[in-house]
Amino acid sequence: MKPAAFAYLAPTTLAEALEMIDRIGDDGKILAGGQSLVPAMNFRLARPGTLVDINGVAGLSGISGDSARGISIGALTRHAAFHTPPFSGPLADLLAKVVRNIAHYPIRQRGTFGGSLSHADPASEWCLVTATLGATLHIASLTGTREVAAADFFRGTFTTALQPSEILVRIDLPPLGAGWGTGFYEFSRRKGDFALAMALTALRIEGGTIREARLGVGGVADRALRLAKTEAFLVGQPAHAETFAAAAAMAQDSIDVSEDIHAGADYRRDLLGTVIRRALAEAAA
Amino acid sequence: MTWIGRSLPRLEDPSLLKGHGTYVADHADGALHVAFARSPLAAGEILGIELPEIAPGGGQVFTAADLHGVGVIRPVLNRPDYRAVGQPALAAGRVVFPGQAVAVAVARTAAEAEDLAEQVFIDIEPQDPILTFDAALAEGARAVHPEAPENVLVEGNLKTKGFDEAVAQAAVVIELDLRSRRQSAVPMETRGGVASYDRATGRVTLVASVQMPHMLRTGLADVVGMAESDLRVIAPDVGGGFGQKMSLFPEYVVLVWLARKLRTKVAWIEDRRENFLASAHSRDQAFFVRGAFSAEGRLLALDANLKSNVGAFSCYPVTCGVEPLMAFGELPGPYVVPEYRGRSRGVTTNTCMMAPYRGVARPMLTFTMERLMEKAAKALGLDAVEIRRRNLITSFPHRSPTGVVYDEGSYLQAMEAAVAHVDVPAFRARQARARTEGRYLGLGVSVFSERTGYGTPVYAQRGMGIVPGYESVDLAMDPSGNVEVRIGSSPHGQGLKTALAQLVADEIGVVPDRVRVIAGDTDATPYGWGTFASRSMVIAGGATKFAAEAAADKLKAIAAKMMEVEVGAVVLDEGYARVPGTNKATPIPDLARAAHHQSQRFGLEAGIRTSGFYDPGGTFSNACHICEVEVDIETGGVKILRFVVVEDAGVLINPMIVDGQIAGGVAQGIGNALYEELIYDEDGNLLTTSLADYLPPTALEVPDLEILHMETISPESVTKAKGVGEGGTIGAPAAVLNAVADALAPFGVEIDEMPATPQKIRLAIRNMAIRNTRAPADV
Repeated sequence: MKPAAFAYLAPTTLAEALEMIDRIGDDGKILAGGQSLVPAMNFRLARPGTLVDINGVAGLSGISGDSARGISIGALTRHAAFHTPPFSGPLADLLAKVVRNIAHYPIRQRGTFGGSLSHADPASEWCLVTATLGATLHIASLTGTREVAAADFFRGTFTTALQPSEILVRIDLPPLGAGWGTGFYEFSRRKGDFALAMALTALRIEGGTIREARLGVGGVADRALRLAKTEAFLVGQPAHAETFAAAAAMAQDSIDVSEDIHAGADYRRDLLGTVIRRALAEAAA
Repeated sequence: MTWIGRSLPRLEDPSLLKGHGTYVADHADGALHVAFARSPLAAGEILGIELPEIAPGGGQVFTAADLHGVGVIRPVLNRPDYRAVGQPALAAGRVVFPGQAVAVAVARTAAEAEDLAEQVFIDIEPQDPILTFDAALAEGARAVHPEAPENVLVEGNLKTKGFDEAVAQAAVVIELDLRSRRQSAVPMETRGGVASYDRATGRVTLVASVQMPHMLRTGLADVVGMAESDLRVIAPDVGGGFGQKMSLFPEYVVLVWLARKLRTKVAWIEDRRENFLASAHSRDQAFFVRGAFSAEGRLLALDANLKSNVGAFSCYPVTCGVEPLMAFGELPGPYVVPEYRGRSRGVTTNTCMMAPYRGVARPMLTFTMERLMEKAAKALGLDAVEIRRRNLITSFPHRSPTGVVYDEGSYLQAMEAAVAHVDVPAFRARQARARTEGRYLGLGVSVFSERTGYGTPVYAQRGMGIVPGYESVDLAMDPSGNVEVRIGSSPHGQGLKTALAQLVADEIGVVPDRVRVIAGDTDATPYGWGTFASRSMVIAGGATKFAAEAAADKLKAIAAKMMEVEVGAVVLDEGYARVPGTNKATPIPDLARAAHHQSQRFGLEAGIRTSGFYDPGGTFSNACHICEVEVDIETGGVKILRFVVVEDAGVLINPMIVDGQIAGGVAQGIGNALYEELIYDEDGNLLTTSLADYLPPTALEVPDLEILHMETISPESVTKAKGVGEGGTIGAPAAVLNAVADALAPFGVEIDEMPATPQKIRLAIRNMAIRNTRAPADV
């Protein structure tokens, strides 16, 4: 289980890194935390000719902002940076709640926020967070920086809008301030395994009525999905179990769920309803 | 002062915990690296093998055509129903399972060897793979091997005289159709070997991650065609075996052949994918069982049709009979079974070979008997504990209908102790309360026997061509008074060196850390059978006790002469030979020095060298496991809330080590019950080839255990210790699955398969909810 031969480059500035990947093109791969890429290389499922290791690139990690204004996350920020909420408020609390479901402690020390999004595993928690909350992704290349909405970024399993000459450098999460309640529920075979289904939601409830809603699911299709129609349905509804069950049923009807050895389509669709109901109930509690 | 019975910290641990252990990969320095090109298909004829073009110095690739004089691995079972099948070192002419080694690449680094191996193109005319026993046993099925046209490699059959009459008298007959899915032992360290050729002597030393170094040497010498004295096999620190590392594998044959062919050192460190594909699997079994009970709940007769998918080959030396014949012979478990009809078949398929895995067949047969008791209790309106009371073996020795003799055990007492400890009425109250909140708790009981420490008589009865079982031990005290114990067993994580040191310490009167146990090197230890089948403490322990007794006798004789007293007056204790009631005392090191350097004084052979030999008939340990779970009925997820073990392993030499064996075994049993499953797709591709797909439980899925001990002394073990290596794995699945079934009783869901994954549990709940209008409406 040794990788096929590859060249290794370690730029120290973003400009240098961009120049390298521009020159190398399709044959290159960016190494961030390496928690998915390196195993894939060892299995020889991934065979990049050149690895461009961005761990030494200055200025790509760190968290700024707050729950009320929104949070800006450097792409090289490690998952473990969220083990305790970086700020107060619903958004930071949600991230701290979600991060504990990402694999295991050692993996969270190395894996990065931007690496997770760029890898685009359908069961990635950070992909779900960004898709559901409507994050803006900042993508750099030699020609400058472009902004892409999370909704447009994820194209399918391990497929994104990133070009070979581009690096995801920063992720902006919109505010989720006072008045919002959040919920997250994930079901996996063992603690830390890939989600068989998970749901993330944020609700703003006034006097028992849902005023605003965000709802997304992961691990059930080829990418994290924000459920806009279900969100629209939720708004104006009473925040109780019947509403949540109806929302879950809507989602179950609208998603063509994926299958694998741990969850066939029937079971996964069934789980999908359960995780949505549980996440919504938590957000409303 | 005695050392036996103390939880002495393991002498092995400091080096292992500090990273100073040496595993096989630590021996690979300076070696050429080896990688195998493996069959991508489950079955087919090899039309040709295209080898890569290799630049000079770029390595070499060999195929079966190069292995002149190398034989096949063909273990023998002397039974008329056994079909011997030969396993080639590299596939020749055809492939019979996916992952079978076809060619071998040798290069300077592991990565370069893999580069070469992946460029080997194996041109195969595919055949429809036969993957399941149903496919293999179907009318007109293709024969996996021409030697076994019916695809059955071994078959046991038995019907006792009074069987029909007993069934006819039954008040109720309970049927079970149970399934265990294919599983892997998943040792943390995969297989691996480093073979080096010594140009001075022509000998080959194979350092390999194995459990049976002497047996491996015999098998390798036979297959490669060399004298055993020209081969040395060393098992260094081994990162788990669990039975998977007992067998002679083709890869080791190739390594030894390569070392001789290239007159150099070659290393192969298996990767996880290979370990899943091509080491050994287990537990792929289907049991159809009927139990005939009287109205009072007494089991009158057992009728069993057992099938084991043994894969493509027969494992050396224990053969593919190991699962089917143990299932057949030991199905009654801890219960009195007056009449028995059994048929058990080992079915060959185009899948990875079956080999022993901790528990061998008994996790499944315990699951079977324990489900049978639960279902019979329900059918007869009896309490599930009460029906076991009426059927457990209580008089000893007991002879089962298959001829197995049970020595003294505490089946009933262990169950009563476990039930009392758990406080079943309190649980039932909690369970009822929880159900009103929509939470589903369950309690599961599992009572079982664990046959341990059996010697040659048991293996001979199975008809094994190679009959293992005994152990020899050579003991020597050096002039400084330290003891060396050379054993044929080959411990690999069990803590046996510590336990044996405790035994020796009590006999000789030295502290355990003056006792060094040497194992796992065919040049340095007497011929023996390694470590498997819960045997080492009983058998190597017995042989060690005999050797230590003889050494103590000699020390006493020397001490008597030195102190001018009668031999009978001398005792050895705390580092001294003493004469109680006097102030006479001589340090044991002084005796050792005198034995070597003043031997002319004693009229005895110089030095202190003794040996011991033990070949017992075997002893049963026993236990009761009780597990409490909560099932999330909406997801099918199971959480284990409590796990109680009442174990009877006789005298515990080191209670902490015993508890460790139980804990590790229960963890694997929980994996078997809920998580672990090897899955082939219909084309024969193994889908579970990484630890992201094959899911052993982690520390987060295994609860803290509550372990209690009982002590039944058996005359079948000279140390009074019984084996305890497999019990955790044997008993835990039934306890967990009975608990799941109990939790789901309101839905009428039957648990008939392990692992019981969330998907299976949830779908079963939904199906029953659809069928059963009385089920709660919220499902």
